[in-house]
Amino acid sequence: MPPPGHRGRADTVVRVVTYLDHAATTPMLPEAIEAMTAGLRELGNPSSLHAVGRRARRVVEESREIIAEAFDARPSEVVFTSGGTEADNLAVKGVHWARRAADPGRTRVLAGAVEHHAVLDAVQWLADHEGAKVEWIPVDALGRVRPEALREAIGPDGSDVALVTVMWANNEVGTVQPVAELAAAAREHGVPFHTDAVQAAGHLPVRFAASGAQSLAITGHKLGGPIGVGALLLAKPAEPLFLDPVPLLHGGGQERDVRSGTLDTPAIAGFAAAVQVTAARRDAEAARLAALRDRLIEAVRAAVPDAVLNGDPADRLPGNAHFSFPGCEGDALLMLLDARGIACSTGSACSAGVSQPSHVLTAMGAGAERARGSLRFTLGHSSTEADVKALAEAIGPVVERARRAGLS
Amino acid sequence: MTLRVLAAMSGGVDSAVAAARAAEAGHDVTGVHMALSSNPQSYRTGARGCCTLEDSRDARRAADVIGIPFYVWDLAERFHRDVVEDFVSEYAAGRTPNPCLRCNEKIKFAALLDRAVALGFDAVCTGHYARLEDGVLRRGVDAGKDQSYVLAVCTPEQLARALFPLGDTAKADIRREAERRGLQVADKPDSHDICFIADGDTRGFLAERLGAAPGPILDTDGNRVGEHEGAYAYTVGQRKGLRLGTPAPDGRPRYVLDISPVDNTVTVGPRESLDVQEITGERPVWLGEALGGPFGCHVQLRAHGEVYACTAEADGDVLRLRLATPARGVAAGQAAVLYDGDRVLASATIARTVRVPA
Repeated sequence: MPPPGHRGRADTVVRVVTYLDHAATTPMLPEAIEAMTAGLRELGNPSSLHAVGRRARRVVEESREIIAEAFDARPSEVVFTSGGTEADNLAVKGVHWARRAADPGRTRVLAGAVEHHAVLDAVQWLADHEGAKVEWIPVDALGRVRPEALREAIGPDGSDVALVTVMWANNEVGTVQPVAELAAAAREHGVPFHTDAVQAAGHLPVRFAASGAQSLAITGHKLGGPIGVGALLLAKPAEPLFLDPVPLLHGGGQERDVRSGTLDTPAIAGFAAAVQVTAARRDAEAARLAALRDRLIEAVRAAVPDAVLNGDPADRLPGNAHFSFPGCEGDALLMLLDARGIACSTGSACSAGVSQPSHVLTAMGAGAERARGSLRFTLGHSSTEADVKALAEAIGPVVERARRAGLS
Repeated sequence: MTLRVLAAMSGGVDSAVAAARAAEAGHDVTGVHMALSSNPQSYRTGARGCCTLEDSRDARRAADVIGIPFYVWDLAERFHRDVVEDFVSEYAAGRTPNPCLRCNEKIKFAALLDRAVALGFDAVCTGHYARLEDGVLRRGVDAGKDQSYVLAVCTPEQLARALFPLGDTAKADIRREAERRGLQVADKPDSHDICFIADGDTRGFLAERLGAAPGPILDTDGNRVGEHEGAYAYTVGQRKGLRLGTPAPDGRPRYVLDISPVDNTVTVGPRESLDVQEITGERPVWLGEALGGPFGCHVQLRAHGEVYACTAEADGDVLRLRLATPARGVAAGQAAVLYDGDRVLASATIARTVRVPA
């Protein structure tokens, strides 16, 4: 029996030559593949006390040190998880539970209105099941959470706030948030601040200690590492305003008793290798991607003059270009580009594959039509000028065709 | 000729084999599953129809096996407006709609087809059991599965862009073919009920939307013989669930003869009072040349129903049918589909009936 994905005929469209969806996942770096596959050949549970276990443990700890260094954290602050979603859930739910256990009056959770679903739905779950009082901090038309808006939400006292959570950079429109200012505003009131840095970690100088955040979520597969591994950077409980989160997973007590479960040594090694390579190249790569991204924006505007660029035109992720195409439906554009071998995203998805209007664009004040007719193009380490050229040639006819289909 | 074909894939065995046949015939096929509810759990809960996450996954897996691209299109708004709301308002008006027929007319060969054509497709392919040759619509060869009745509402323009690859095959053979092609849906049960009524409780579904409207059940002499919770919940010809308090003088079972939404009454009577001799249909759709008549043909009055010889006469928007033998339990709102042998001539919505004089 052939392995999954190799039975029968191939999908006629799977011959992707132009991959413009790096924000969904980006190819693994050769260094990460090498580290991970080497790890897969090795035996050992890092929690075992014998020599075989110690060898695995060494891989985990060296990986922890690499990741800590790359993100300006201490090794003891790195808690490995299964990815960004788990890291966000652990921070949001775990810190809420811990803070409320210490003081039942801390019932409020303040969250940015454009958070990823990993935060958004965790926060909403606290409201629906744990009696949390949730306030969504509004964003401006560019998708930014203003520090004044956060201060206003916290109010004069803030002693009833369990936590504040605002992402580092938005996964759909790419807008970068003023994280340090937001964290400082929370700190003024002694409130812990969590930030989802999943999209930012591979492209921006993400410095945990300097940011003032108490916790920060990252994941391997957005920066050239494997899928299925991530980390929550978690400030030490020595910080007076901070308590370790209540765990989501109970078990063997790994990861300072905050996240139980046998550590995935090969994946962690691959993750660390990717972080190391990405950190070393980050500034040069960000400049390269930003220049490529700007040419992509120009090319789209040249072909479709009424395309609207969403998000902050300047302060955005270097690989992100997010457009609304008036009179088009995002799903139709995606399908037509897919048929031409160009992969991109409508920036929204759900289990049945039915897209909902983006809560991000809606929060930014976009009407239903602008929200439905949007596409996200994201570049990464394997992107080249040829990718931009392919999109430049396709986007005009595709938009014209989708307009004929209209917003049905 | 290679066509760009959009295969509507419900997640069932028929549409999967239809898509596979279209691909094998050399067409450039793309699979599309229509999401008909924005909350997929709100309709069916089991995999018996076309609206669940499981069905969406089944359709996707079939597309994988066939080797064609696959997408989910959200047609929930259109479906709700043109099929679900229409279903409720037809019942409220005392008629008995056929939602599958409406879905073909307004969704599969309208909303879906229009969008497909606009996006560059030449045709829509479905797993219906009917034959289509040179614009002529015929019954499928499997008499038990034939779906020409629910397709007869489509106009020639709509059918010109339709492909029905299963019309020449019996259902049992389609299941064997699915098995041979490695399609996992080969033994998935057929769907029978209305796809948007999860538990099959049509009366409950209508009551939830139309509210309780109690009124009298009368016999043909106007005597009150029972109570109902809403006249909309009844269908002409219905016998079960009448819960009549007063037995008929002759002790024989009684049937719904009439539903009158205006005075909220349901009239019941003996079986022979259901016999209908004349039928008036509205807005006929002709698949070939429009005929005036009078001409002789056959008519089918509900899905998988009996066929009656009749004389038809058309006058603009009105189609009059005189049956050679009486038909029983003919409900307004259903389609009268005219056949010449196995060939569909026209369809019209049943508006009025004239009973056999007592």
